[in-house]
Amino acid sequence: MSGMAAVIEIKDLVKDYKLGEVPVHVLKGISFEIERGDFVSIMGPSGSGKSTLMNILGCLDRPTSGSYKLDGISVGKLDRDELAEIRNKKIGFVFQQFNLLARTSAAENVELPLMYTDTRARERHERAMKALVAVGLAGQEDHQPSQLSGGQQQRVAIARSLVNQPKIILADEPTGALDSRTSIEIMAIFQRLNREEGITMIVVTHDPDIASYSNRNIHFKDGRLQRDERLAQPGEARKDLEQLPAEQPEELASV
Amino acid sequence: MNKLIASMKIALRALKVNRTRSALTMLGIIIGVAAVIAMVGVGAGATARIQDQIQSIGSNLIIVLPGSISSNGVRLGSGAVVTLTEDDAKAIAAECPSVSAVAPTVRGGVQVVYGNSNWATSAQGVTPDYMTIRDSSMMSGQFFTAQDVDAAAKAAVLGETVARNLFGDSDPTGQVVIIKNVPFTVVGVLTPKGQSPTGQDQDDVILLPISTAKQKVLGANKANAKAVGSLMVQAIGPQAMDQALQEMTALLRERHRILPGLEDDFTVRNLTEVFAAQETSAQVMSILLGAIASVSLIVGGIGIMNIMLVSVTERTREIGLRQAVGAKTRDILTQFLVEAVTLSLLGGIMGIVVGLAASLLIAHFAQWSTQVSPLSVLMAFVFSALVGVFFGYYPARKAAYLDPIEALRYE
Repeated sequence: MSGMAAVIEIKDLVKDYKLGEVPVHVLKGISFEIERGDFVSIMGPSGSGKSTLMNILGCLDRPTSGSYKLDGISVGKLDRDELAEIRNKKIGFVFQQFNLLARTSAAENVELPLMYTDTRARERHERAMKALVAVGLAGQEDHQPSQLSGGQQQRVAIARSLVNQPKIILADEPTGALDSRTSIEIMAIFQRLNREEGITMIVVTHDPDIASYSNRNIHFKDGRLQRDERLAQPGEARKDLEQLPAEQPEELASV
Repeated sequence: MNKLIASMKIALRALKVNRTRSALTMLGIIIGVAAVIAMVGVGAGATARIQDQIQSIGSNLIIVLPGSISSNGVRLGSGAVVTLTEDDAKAIAAECPSVSAVAPTVRGGVQVVYGNSNWATSAQGVTPDYMTIRDSSMMSGQFFTAQDVDAAAKAAVLGETVARNLFGDSDPTGQVVIIKNVPFTVVGVLTPKGQSPTGQDQDDVILLPISTAKQKVLGANKANAKAVGSLMVQAIGPQAMDQALQEMTALLRERHRILPGLEDDFTVRNLTEVFAAQETSAQVMSILLGAIASVSLIVGGIGIMNIMLVSVTERTREIGLRQAVGAKTRDILTQFLVEAVTLSLLGGIMGIVVGLAASLLIAHFAQWSTQVSPLSVLMAFVFSALVGVFFGYYPARKAAYLDPIEALRYE
């Protein structure tokens, strides 16, 4: 991993909220870098500031002070619409609750980020289909979220995060609503995207098993970086899956 | 364009999800637009009716009546004294440049007899200029000529009411009717004009050459054989009415030797002006009706705003997601505006159909003429779109400026 340029550079990042009159220091000066093509887990108990950090990394929120460079762009001073454009071009989001549009086909859900670009309808559809194939949902493009299982819904969400060819994918508790087998399937997809497509993965989780599939774990506590460790031997989700009793062989085959 | 079509698709889908709600919201706009179209149609119908009536009297028409004179302190009523003559008519026609035609008339009630049927009507002694001035035309036959007037020919032109009562469906032209024991040959029948603005049947009339009327039917005035009942004067154009009025007044005062400071011995009435005032009041009524109907359109708009606010709240998470994947302020604003405008435009189109149907029903059952102009349909359409934009803007703006983090977290 060494020698690669950092896709995320954070320096002395501070975030304060005002709860009434009392200022709450959520992030108390954090500095770290994430290199291009890395697979990082961000861990910590609730209240540790990891959600706030995630919002800032995702350009949904701005830091109170300190600097944040994403792909070389200093995003701290950008306005609302400029941030929206950065999110559209550089970041893919995966949420715990999938956040798919109801009564909307899988393909159209995946197309959503492209709706806010100049991409033509035909190309939007083609790219959405490609992304669905990449997450093993070929042939399911016309299904609506209510017709899909939780794991399938999360795959649609991953396809959606892929479709605009982002620099990084931010996954906030992506397996929080899934059973352990499906969770490993999702991690297997992440590992493949990370290795084959070279997409930088950042996963927020409190589950050490999930974090074990990443290359680097960053632990937060009380708004400070507590521990930053590189895993000598990350887990192989694909292999772990093979060792589990084969419940849904057709899904396994597609991972 | 690409994005607009996409927004419209999203809007239609969102509206389809809540069918009942969308339909009820649209109902407000449908009623509003239909009310505007029907009410403006009723108003326009009334205005058109008055315009028709004005047209039926004759265009640019001024009527000169003999006026009152006071004699030893006793003021006599209008028309009590003969002050207008055929010579006045000729003088006006010859000397007033703003006057295009003058028709002297005398009138009186007569009993017209044909075979064994008879009919009481008003006989008018006129000259052929009457036709031009009243914008009349012949349904059959010919009007009598100036030669007929000079020769005091026993020719008569019937109004449609008279013709129907005496002759039924058969053509009276060439037949002979008896008026005061004098036989008159019917030379033609006037095209019906219907009611006058004051409610009189303008077709219940028999027209005779003024000379014949005075000599044989109505009797000449003992004091002045050339006296006439009134003069119908046509100005050369609508703008020349005032000028014609002044010229005539000056000429008549001079001819009647009225000293400055004394009152006219004739009365001039600009009929067009009187009915133009009626027309204006009909237009005011139509604007008023439209305004009242517009209130219901505004109420419909408030309904849209209400439902859009509900929709924004319900779809907070969706908005947050759209923002997260790159929707800019303007994208969200457009999406919800398009949705509101789609609601109001769909309602507007249906409202136009309902409004057209309503005005046809009013015309049919209330016997009230209605006129729906393409302009009022277009206005209703544009207005309903504007209602959508106006009442959709606040909810759309609210959606566009949601905080993406809170929107995504919204339960």
